Amino acid sequence: MDVQAWIPVVYLVTAVTFVLGLKGLSGPTTAVAGNRVAAAGMLLAVAFTFAAKEFQQYGGTGIALTVAGMAVGSVAGVAGGRLVKMTAMPQMVALFNGAGGGAAALVSILEYLHGVERGDVAAGAVLSVALGLMIGAVSFSGSGIAFGKLQGIISPRAYRYAGQQVVTVGVFAAMLLIGLLLTLQAGWGVNVLPGPTAIWLLAVLALIFGVVLVIPIGGADMPVVISLLNAYTGLAVAMAGFVLGNQLLIVAGTLVGASGTILTRLMSKAMNRSLANVLFAGVGAAAGATVARAGDDTRTVREVSAEDTAILLGYAQDVIIVPGYGLAVAQAQHAVRELADMLEAKGVNVRYAIHPVAGRMPGHMNVLLAEANVPYDKLKDMDDINDDFKTSDVALVIGANDVTNPAARTDKGSPIYGMPILNVDQAKNVVVIKRSMRSGFAGIDNELYLDQRTGMLFGDAKQAVERVITELKKAA
Amino acid sequence: MTGELLLGAYVFILAIFVGFEVISKVPSTLHTPLMSGANAIHGIIVVGAMLVVLALPGPLGTVLGFLAVVLGTANVVGGFVVTDRMLGMFQQRPRRPAAKAPEKR
Repeated sequence: MDVQAWIPVVYLVTAVTFVLGLKGLSGPTTAVAGNRVAAAGMLLAVAFTFAAKEFQQYGGTGIALTVAGMAVGSVAGVAGGRLVKMTAMPQMVALFNGAGGGAAALVSILEYLHGVERGDVAAGAVLSVALGLMIGAVSFSGSGIAFGKLQGIISPRAYRYAGQQVVTVGVFAAMLLIGLLLTLQAGWGVNVLPGPTAIWLLAVLALIFGVVLVIPIGGADMPVVISLLNAYTGLAVAMAGFVLGNQLLIVAGTLVGASGTILTRLMSKAMNRSLANVLFAGVGAAAGATVARAGDDTRTVREVSAEDTAILLGYAQDVIIVPGYGLAVAQAQHAVRELADMLEAKGVNVRYAIHPVAGRMPGHMNVLLAEANVPYDKLKDMDDINDDFKTSDVALVIGANDVTNPAARTDKGSPIYGMPILNVDQAKNVVVIKRSMRSGFAGIDNELYLDQRTGMLFGDAKQAVERVITELKKAA
Repeated sequence: MTGELLLGAYVFILAIFVGFEVISKVPSTLHTPLMSGANAIHGIIVVGAMLVVLALPGPLGTVLGFLAVVLGTANVVGGFVVTDRMLGMFQQRPRRPAAKAPEKR
């Protein structure tokens, strides 16, 4: 058999590595191996594609162009993946996802224009082109906005404007119309717009749709959005597979599309919100008013010093640490570990309560604390530890806000109503380490801070924890 | 429906079921690495990009083809690197200093 005949076999092997990889990634002990198996499969597929006759026909120029493109892409990928801080990981996932969506859209456009040039466009193929382009471009611009929101380039608050629904539905309808026109033209010769014009128009509309879809969604919901866009890109890749008649692209894209959909549902379930609610409710839309009010609320807040906190912690029997995004931003995980070690040396039982969406992504806190060598069995999921807050002496909240807000339990009017929260307010004492009284990512006030049992220790998470450590050392 | 399209449809439908099945019951800790890993896998679009890199003659086609390869590669490489880095943080875990006194500094 020559190389050409082997290529489909290699693609099949790669498809299997992707299934095994995904399977591996869903278990804690097999995850690393799963990721590597999938990466190896990918490498194999790319290497053999260099020998494919469809690729060979482009000659030396094609090879040079591809190698140059791969060099640029690899540098961007490695730089983005390696050099970026752990806290910025979520937006990097968004960025790379957007890149994939953009590539799928471009492949669709190229294949269509190529077909037009040959005078050979079938209705089925054009339908795949239109879908691949739409979904890919939506994923591209949507991921860009998600990146911007998480990176702070764009305001993370939910951005709403008058007539928003009209705009969203209008752009969507226009997109479907153009897609329909393209298909009708290819299959039944209905000529309303010249094909190439229509395809560019479709691309622009899809890019706009990605923006109007994501911009009204608050930053706290971005993980779910990124997961959804990830599934979209998978679908776009599957559509590109249909366009090119490439089974590997269909399998890989569909796998990601299907598993991404399930994952998105799992994630929105962890926040106790339906997907529709995430996409259309716009948490934090009314943020402006509540932030302004925070100024008056400081009067009733009880501020504590690092010394008070050290004494409180030192005499406690049972301490539950509640980490949040503030911990990640300040890179306070090592300081927190040191504090926990000191307390444990004094015989205090220290555990960590991890909310499923603490930080910016599920698992964010686990990753950070694991980096600081916090033993895994100290990290408790919300459901396992929530009943223990009642009996704990101190709940130490470090840079977490919305996931501790009792309003989610009681206040029907609150935008986060219904989200399961950590029962921090049931602890005998609460100490909240926070930079200021500014509201959290959802943009709403937290009644917990006004509670009589709550003491606020203001400051950067890392510095505040270090101050407490110093005080503890003095007392020892 | 042509044979190729029909075959594609078979693959598509069956892959949906596989995708659903593979991801049942994932601990929430692994949501992010899993998403990131899936993200890397759809980077397979780079193979598609290679197959059309010069399909359209002329400068526009060349630029678009080049861009598609760049974006696809960034997706693959960035996706796997980020996932590996995330998972690396979980790896050094198995040592558990259970009843032992914690290290002094």
